[in-house]
Amino acid sequence: MRLGRGVAITSLVFLGVALGLGIYTFAYAKGWSYMTNDPKACANCHVMNDQYDGWLKASHRSVATCNDCHTPHNFVGKYYTKAKNGFWHSFYFTTQSFHEPIQATAGSRRITEEACRRCHGDVVQAMGTPSHAGSDEISCIRCHGSVGHLELSATSTGPSARLSR
Amino acid sequence: MSESRDPSGPRRFSRGTVVLVAALAGLAAVAVTALLVNIFERKQEARNPFFRVVELTDETEDPAVWGKNFPLQYDGYLRTVDQRRTRYGGSEALPQAPSEADPRSVVAQERIEEDPRLKRMWAGYAFSVDFRKKRGHAYMLQDQTYTRRQVVAAQPGACMNCHASTYVAYKKLGDGDITKGFEKVNQMPYADAKKLVKHPVSCIDCHDSRNLRLRVTKPAFIEGIKAFKASQGIKDYDVNKQATPQEMRAYVCGQCHVEYYFKGAERRLVYPWAKGLKIEDITAYYDEAGFRDWTHKDTGAPALKAQHPEFEVWNQGIHARSGVTCSDCHMPQMKYKKATVSDHWVRSPLLNVKNACLSCHQRHDAKITEQELKNRVEEIQDRHWKLRQNAMAALVGLIDDLKAAKAAGKSNDDLKAALYLQRRAQFYLDFIEAENSTGFHAPQEAARILGESINFARQGQIAVRDPSFKPTVAVVDIPPPPTLPPLSSPAAK
Repeated sequence: MRLGRGVAITSLVFLGVALGLGIYTFAYAKGWSYMTNDPKACANCHVMNDQYDGWLKASHRSVATCNDCHTPHNFVGKYYTKAKNGFWHSFYFTTQSFHEPIQATAGSRRITEEACRRCHGDVVQAMGTPSHAGSDEISCIRCHGSVGHLELSATSTGPSARLSR
Repeated sequence: MSESRDPSGPRRFSRGTVVLVAALAGLAAVAVTALLVNIFERKQEARNPFFRVVELTDETEDPAVWGKNFPLQYDGYLRTVDQRRTRYGGSEALPQAPSEADPRSVVAQERIEEDPRLKRMWAGYAFSVDFRKKRGHAYMLQDQTYTRRQVVAAQPGACMNCHASTYVAYKKLGDGDITKGFEKVNQMPYADAKKLVKHPVSCIDCHDSRNLRLRVTKPAFIEGIKAFKASQGIKDYDVNKQATPQEMRAYVCGQCHVEYYFKGAERRLVYPWAKGLKIEDITAYYDEAGFRDWTHKDTGAPALKAQHPEFEVWNQGIHARSGVTCSDCHMPQMKYKKATVSDHWVRSPLLNVKNACLSCHQRHDAKITEQELKNRVEEIQDRHWKLRQNAMAALVGLIDDLKAAKAAGKSNDDLKAALYLQRRAQFYLDFIEAENSTGFHAPQEAARILGESINFARQGQIAVRDPSFKPTVAVVDIPPPPTLPPLSSPAAK
């Protein structure tokens, strides 16, 4: 039985080490920050630095955070999206196997499109645009892609557009 | 006694289970450690280490010194020595026997030999003796110094504004005021101004040494954009305070890639934007000022020379409308190992389609390819070139007609309308001809301007034959050119 206890203790130590490492990694990676609404959390990984910098300079900074435009406006949808995107973003960033520059998926664009229409409903209604967001017909972000964050490498409605008039 | 207290009683877990748990926990620890190290590495990348090897000040002119702190950017900057060509732009390195007057051993192809009609257009003007294909930023100072245009005409120091790194020279000469320094350099003979500068355009011409932010340092642009904004109802525009970071990515290039003229006895370098940036606005500006660059040798027309108006033409195009600036395509983001930097190898996007075009175009169309985008550009340029050839033929037709009419005894007064139409036709053609994108910066606008040019040239031919013909544009009287005082060397001041 001494041998059995030894094995049990060893496995407990292993478990403890794994758990400890897990807790430390979670803290080191600022895991808890992902439960918040703070846009800084989205730039924990430097791949989002340009978007975060752009948001700081863009008009929507004072009215919307990342989550307002990039997650659905209901509890389940929001945390499901956070979990799903969180997993895949981490996966691709960790394995360094993602398209550069980063691109929004069709699903992500649909969420953002819905967010535009949610806040700007009055305007969109008046324009009589199709309400089926994400369709190929007309999309807010196709032309107003830079209101959330000016992008350094390209903007779809940049400030210099003013010059050309 | 309960079983659990009895050490000799049956165990809750089999030995195999315990070993399995230990193994799994061990594997989990390995995986978590690997993840931890990966996160650590990613975090190190985010630091984007920048080693301050040297202290940069507002007087650091030498790009090699900046390059010690920013080796990736400096490496790109140095590569502008490369001579590559695209279908229509750029140039190949041609050998030349160096001489005392021109020590260059490598030059670019002579354009006025490639298309001798350019000599007809510029008859009597320095460009008719030497006008070569484009080379990179690295050559701007030497190509300007050794061009034969320097031999046939006294060039002012004003040229230096865009052929050298001028910020420190202006600042020193103006006792801290770059505008004062600029005014002094403008009216010097070229050779004297040349002594004040050492480098072609350099880091400090676009970047503030304290924070590396983009900064406009050429007074001609500060004044030009202020005049343009005033025409739009914006008073006292200060580009370095009011422009957005994205606008600055075009404005720093617009410091030089623009139409200009030397105004008055002071040879002040002026960008003619007080009425707007379009060709009609610029023509109206010159007409109102009664300005001519020279008098055409074959016809006596009060001619204008257009110079590389890339900024103005880009402003009329779809990329400007979409907020895409010069730097986005000519200095796109590039990866070097893990660092992302703006590519300071300023060159044609056609030589760098993947970074310059694809990085944006792929956002809206994931399937688009490099070749497809390149084909699109070249198709625009092919069409543009055909129209440009037609415009050149029309202009030469008008010049021939005017020359013949003069030989037949007609006076400048008899031919006033036709001469004004020549001024206009050739300024419009030159505006697009000198513009360095073969129409791409604003395809439709470029085609429209060439169409107008052909129209003016053909109307001019009618006016030569029929004195009662009324052109579609008002004929403006351009006064004879004033006699300017000679350039003043700094010693004479």
